[in-house]
Amino acid sequence: MAQVKAPKPSALAAQPQSFAQANNGQEMTGAQAIIKSLECAGATDVFGLPGGAILPTYDPLMDSQRIRHILVRHEQGAGHAAQGYAHATGKPGVCIATSGPGATNLVTPIADANMDSIPMVAITGQVGASLIGTDAFQEADIVGITAPITKHNVLVTDPNEIPQAIAEAFYIATHGRPGPVLVDITKSAQQSTMNFQWPERIDLPGFNSGARPHAKTVQEAARLLATARRPVLYVGGGVIRSGASAGLRKLTDLSGAAVTTTLMARGALPDSHPQHVGMPGMHGTVAAVASLQKADLVVALGARFDDRVTGKLESFAPHATIVHADIDPAEIGKNRAVDVPIVGDLKEVFEVLVPALEEEHRKHGKPDLEAWWTQIDQWRDTYGLGFTPTDDGLSSPQHVIQRLGEISGPDTIFTSGVGQHQMWASQFIRYERPNSWINSGGLGTMGFSVPAAMGAKVGEPDRTVWSIDGDGCFQMTNQELVTCAINEIPIKVAIVNNSSLGMVRQWQTLYYNERYSNTDLHTGHGTRRIPDFVKLADAMGCVGLRCESDADVDATIKRAMEIDDQPVVVDFTVSRDAMVWPMVAAGTSNDEIQYARGIAPEWDRGEEE
Amino acid sequence: MTRHTLSVLVENKPGVLARVAGLFSRRAFNIHSLAVGQTEHPEISRITVVVDVDELPLEQVTKQLNKLVHVLKIVELEREKSVQRDLLLVKVRADARQRADVLQVVDLFRAHVVDVATDSLVIEAVGTREKLEALLTALSAHDIREIVQSGTVAIGRGARSITERAFDRASA
Repeated sequence: MAQVKAPKPSALAAQPQSFAQANNGQEMTGAQAIIKSLECAGATDVFGLPGGAILPTYDPLMDSQRIRHILVRHEQGAGHAAQGYAHATGKPGVCIATSGPGATNLVTPIADANMDSIPMVAITGQVGASLIGTDAFQEADIVGITAPITKHNVLVTDPNEIPQAIAEAFYIATHGRPGPVLVDITKSAQQSTMNFQWPERIDLPGFNSGARPHAKTVQEAARLLATARRPVLYVGGGVIRSGASAGLRKLTDLSGAAVTTTLMARGALPDSHPQHVGMPGMHGTVAAVASLQKADLVVALGARFDDRVTGKLESFAPHATIVHADIDPAEIGKNRAVDVPIVGDLKEVFEVLVPALEEEHRKHGKPDLEAWWTQIDQWRDTYGLGFTPTDDGLSSPQHVIQRLGEISGPDTIFTSGVGQHQMWASQFIRYERPNSWINSGGLGTMGFSVPAAMGAKVGEPDRTVWSIDGDGCFQMTNQELVTCAINEIPIKVAIVNNSSLGMVRQWQTLYYNERYSNTDLHTGHGTRRIPDFVKLADAMGCVGLRCESDADVDATIKRAMEIDDQPVVVDFTVSRDAMVWPMVAAGTSNDEIQYARGIAPEWDRGEEE
Repeated sequence: MTRHTLSVLVENKPGVLARVAGLFSRRAFNIHSLAVGQTEHPEISRITVVVDVDELPLEQVTKQLNKLVHVLKIVELEREKSVQRDLLLVKVRADARQRADVLQVVDLFRAHVVDVATDSLVIEAVGTREKLEALLTALSAHDIREIVQSGTVAIGRGARSITERAFDRASA
């Protein structure tokens, strides 16, 4: 079992060398070198909050002509903003924090970026080199703490190593499978003088930036796609990270296969595409879940067979041959045994897989998929996504979210927190382009939405950005609306306010005998409304609106759309009894999907092999 | 579970040993032994890890190891195609009356005495795990005061070197 890595990556660093060369050989402080290095790496927007151990760096930051620094109110906000920025633009997000608590407040965003493969560079100050290990004020071993949740991290104590450390951080974060890199720099290094040298080449002999897809396995995948009778393309977030939507579109049209886009891949193929059968998994459409269960071929593209997609792993897609294409060889075979592995960037995979499939079709003709589509259409017709009106006369959260999507249009960026509102936002908004749906999929971080929206708006100022949030999530990170108001970042926040920790409450309804332990938040109808989100918005320099009935939903959304010079917060008070359906209960087989409470689809047993 | 010996070639950078060990401990795999030292190239260190693990999780942990930026190469050394050795130092209480018995055991196992005091000996032995365990069993009739063992180090048999290609890449 000898594993040898791919040939050494070596490439020119990100920025025009002329800028770097103009600075090369200059004497400066380590702090100045940090700012100069960020400029050389191409960073234009960074999110951060100063403190003792990073103070030297904030001084030259003030003079930078190239970097806009956005002062957040909590370092977690800086991290999620950097994520939202990277998610929306594809460029690496950058966040800066001080040592100790500043750095540990970045831990959640770093773990989130690691799970969702987001390119991010975190710069943290560290106590002076002579103080390390003495339990100095605001000392934390952030390199040790974040080792399991970063793609790479490094402690820098020698100021001369700063440019190379930062250049490598950007390179590693953005090459191969993207991820977060943390550079921890001691205060003593920031304060010492050094000689600036921006590296011309990145030389990391142990770093694998990805292999070229293997012709033989691509050929085999094409052969399978040309002969399968019930093919499904199982599309994951890797397609979005790779910027491979155009290639996916070609493969979809050519293959005639059903396509399902995971929570991380919503928008990779337009929802309006006739072969799009919806999202798979725990809250996926019946058509998507069923087509995977009945498929004879599943082609996983930048997806990772997450438990929320597969349900009980042993019974996932039991009849299917598995083709798995991913840039990260460690993903292949991790959860599900794979018949045809393809390691490579999905953009390159499509570039070779599409012509290989064309060649198969030319030689053997196209497969007859009519029976498969008849079956899928029947699932779609019988078990389409929908929701029932509420019993209590209050707004349906699904209706609010659906109208948000319809009124604000396909170029809007939507971010979400985690829970019911996240699932509804994934289900009831039609995504027509990539980089329009930003959420915390792997880690499931409540509070992601508002700061991620802020970062997305900074990265894409010309697009409307709606943060769809729950009343629980919103109370975790809403302080960044202050940042938005002061820095003129006019995001819009839709609080889907059901006065409770909705998803937890749903599980209590279904599995805990309606015993609602600690899920009531007192923010909605008939409560004391603590806090009052409209007043809170006003206090934070935002426009606060409230909408309490279905009749007012459209007008309120339109009013929010008209306000473009400051952040808007809309408190949509909705029924708390609405639940997310369909649902596959945790740990059960996808075959046990419930279309609504107590209603399971009738499977045509005759179809099974 | 089966026992596997992995040779991990790494860049000689701070923290790399902790990262490698962390990947095993995070998955609750028990590292049986671990030895690390410089190779013929000062910038490359070689970590020999002996671990009890099934084939499938081993493949996953190997792939994860490969993702560490400072890891250059991982090779599994199979028992029959490699030389595997441990070093043992053991301090045994032995006054004039017992000394002859202890020395006989030392001779039988082709071990060495490396320190002699009036009432104790320090024995040094090099060999496979099995040999060293047998030595300890033979000495167990005596009063063993202290045992210290290196982790296993291992090298492939024959002319091939696993470091040369890794070195080419590290220094190119």
